[in-house]
Amino acid sequence: MGNPVLEIEELRTSFSIKGDYHAAVDGVSLTVHENEVVAIVGESGCGKSALALSIIGLHDLKTTKLEGQVNFKGQNLLSLPISKLNKVRGRDTGMIFQDPMTALNPLATIGRQIEEPMDYHLKLSSAAKKKRTLDLLRRVGIKNEQRVYGQYPHELSGGMRQRAVIAIALACDPVLLIADEPTTALDVTIQAQIIDLMKELQNQIKSGIILITHDLGVVAEMADRVAVMYAGELVEIAEVRELFVNPLHPYTRSLLNSIPSNMEAKAKLHVIEGIVPSIQNLDRIGCRFAPRVAWVPEEDHETNPQMHEVKPNHFVRCTCYKNFHFPEGRVGEKDYVTS
Amino acid sequence: MLKFILRRTLIMIPQLFLLSLIVFVLAKAMPGDAITGAFAGDPNATEERKEELREKFGLNDPWYEQYGRWIGNAVQGDFGSSYMYKQPVTTLLAGKVGNTVLLALFTLIITYIIAIPLGIVAGRWTDTWADKLIVTYNYFSFATPLFVFSLLMLFLFSFILGWFPIGGSVDIKIEEGTWDYIVSKMEHLFLPVMSGALLATFGTIQYLRNDIIDTKLKDFVKTARAKGVPERKVYTKHILRNSLLPIAAFLGYEIAGLIGGSIFIESIFSYPGLGQLFLTSIGARDFTVVTALVMILGTATIIGTMLSDIILSIVDPRIRVE
Repeated sequence: MGNPVLEIEELRTSFSIKGDYHAAVDGVSLTVHENEVVAIVGESGCGKSALALSIIGLHDLKTTKLEGQVNFKGQNLLSLPISKLNKVRGRDTGMIFQDPMTALNPLATIGRQIEEPMDYHLKLSSAAKKKRTLDLLRRVGIKNEQRVYGQYPHELSGGMRQRAVIAIALACDPVLLIADEPTTALDVTIQAQIIDLMKELQNQIKSGIILITHDLGVVAEMADRVAVMYAGELVEIAEVRELFVNPLHPYTRSLLNSIPSNMEAKAKLHVIEGIVPSIQNLDRIGCRFAPRVAWVPEEDHETNPQMHEVKPNHFVRCTCYKNFHFPEGRVGEKDYVTS
Repeated sequence: MLKFILRRTLIMIPQLFLLSLIVFVLAKAMPGDAITGAFAGDPNATEERKEELREKFGLNDPWYEQYGRWIGNAVQGDFGSSYMYKQPVTTLLAGKVGNTVLLALFTLIITYIIAIPLGIVAGRWTDTWADKLIVTYNYFSFATPLFVFSLLMLFLFSFILGWFPIGGSVDIKIEEGTWDYIVSKMEHLFLPVMSGALLATFGTIQYLRNDIIDTKLKDFVKTARAKGVPERKVYTKHILRNSLLPIAAFLGYEIAGLIGGSIFIESIFSYPGLGQLFLTSIGARDFTVVTALVMILGTATIIGTMLSDIILSIVDPRIRVE
């Protein structure tokens, strides 16, 4: 592992709802190293995207409170004034958004949109900017880059647009890439292409990548380390192989159990009961996953769940993982659909 | 692009034809005719005399024959003669069209000068006191009837304070073409323009404000911020460009609306334009003038719509025609 690029410490992101602040990211600590892909996984509503946007302060500050530290290049990004933060955004960080259909300005050409961060961060002549942009377009796998340079977003397919979005993120050679569900909005075949592209790029650029996703297939393909997030907290952090082979936290195990397998085509899918509680209704005392594994006896949970390092580099929150098992007949293994 | 404009222009021909038919039939359906209008309140006009005149002007012919005659002349630029003013309609209109166009143009410009900055401020700084003030003004301007507001303006600024002339389009004592003449024109335009513009801002402000609030939350704005684009530039380069699109597209409709909407303003300010002529002509059943005027207003609407289409296709690459 290389040097740390990003150190998040006790990050708490709270949104104002009817005058009260509710934490969507609740005390997250995470480190991302050079040349490392850290995946953050969890269901919708777990706070993954809120976490990603907090790193470079993209929330509306009128309704959002950020606490803790985001240490990046020797400064705490949370304490930077917006003018200084703008020197970091797009220069040292790059952001890849979920939906390429909406992430591009419909009124500007692809070329202009890729050049825009260079306008603010790099001192380049317009000819140099164009050369760099064409080069970027080639690197993200766009073959007819001269044509695409002058095209508008609506003239491109979803996959091509996502490549353009990636090119924007890479425009100024960032040391940290934040990819917020980069494949979710794409067709499955295009998803595979984009993942291949990102893996290839990751080998070239050697920057740290935070990959937000709920697709465990993408995690297995790309990630070096995985952080599992539930209800605003990280519940398990491990290297990718360790996590898939030896998952500990009940939530992680439930997620892995929910992956459809092609071995047992007719097996019922495992379903995690209940839903992620909304941030207003979340019970912040005790193990937050407890309501969704009701069969686990109360004494198995910690009263104030902490992260425990069970093995080197393998962390898990709460003690409920120790005796955890799925109740019989619920797990899908032998639960065939009969009708 | 040229092909698109050409095609849009060609479509106008059947549109105009249809318009002329509807206008003519509706005008004919008005109770009374030019003769009853011309002799209204004249005790010496006998029914025989009126019938004689009807026969003379061909008013007893079936409507389609009258229409054929009328449209045949109209395409040659002859809209007949006014029964009331006893002069060709074209001559009658020529003196007024300029005034109305001037009024509409200035009203449009002032409307945008007021509405666009206010819409931007309200949209960008939502829920601040400035926004609340602008929205209040907006409800006020929407709720106030134009004729009430115009009368108030006239009463206050012309009658009480005497800052502006009470009516007309220019001081008749001043020679045409001099500097004083232009100043006098502007003085006469000021009140009608301001009355119209202050109330016409509603649509633009509300639309722009809502569109900015909507666009602010779009993903591409987040993309721009993630690039490190300063907030001011995020607005000018990304949000405003997108939000001004519908405003630009409405420009054509606004022009059409203003020319049609000048009726009240011109009547109240005794401004000699098409609108004022329209009202008096309807009262007098001056049939030839009414049909010609409705044709002009209709044509303005059709051209305005075409203009909107063309503007939108220029500013929005998504509907640009290859």
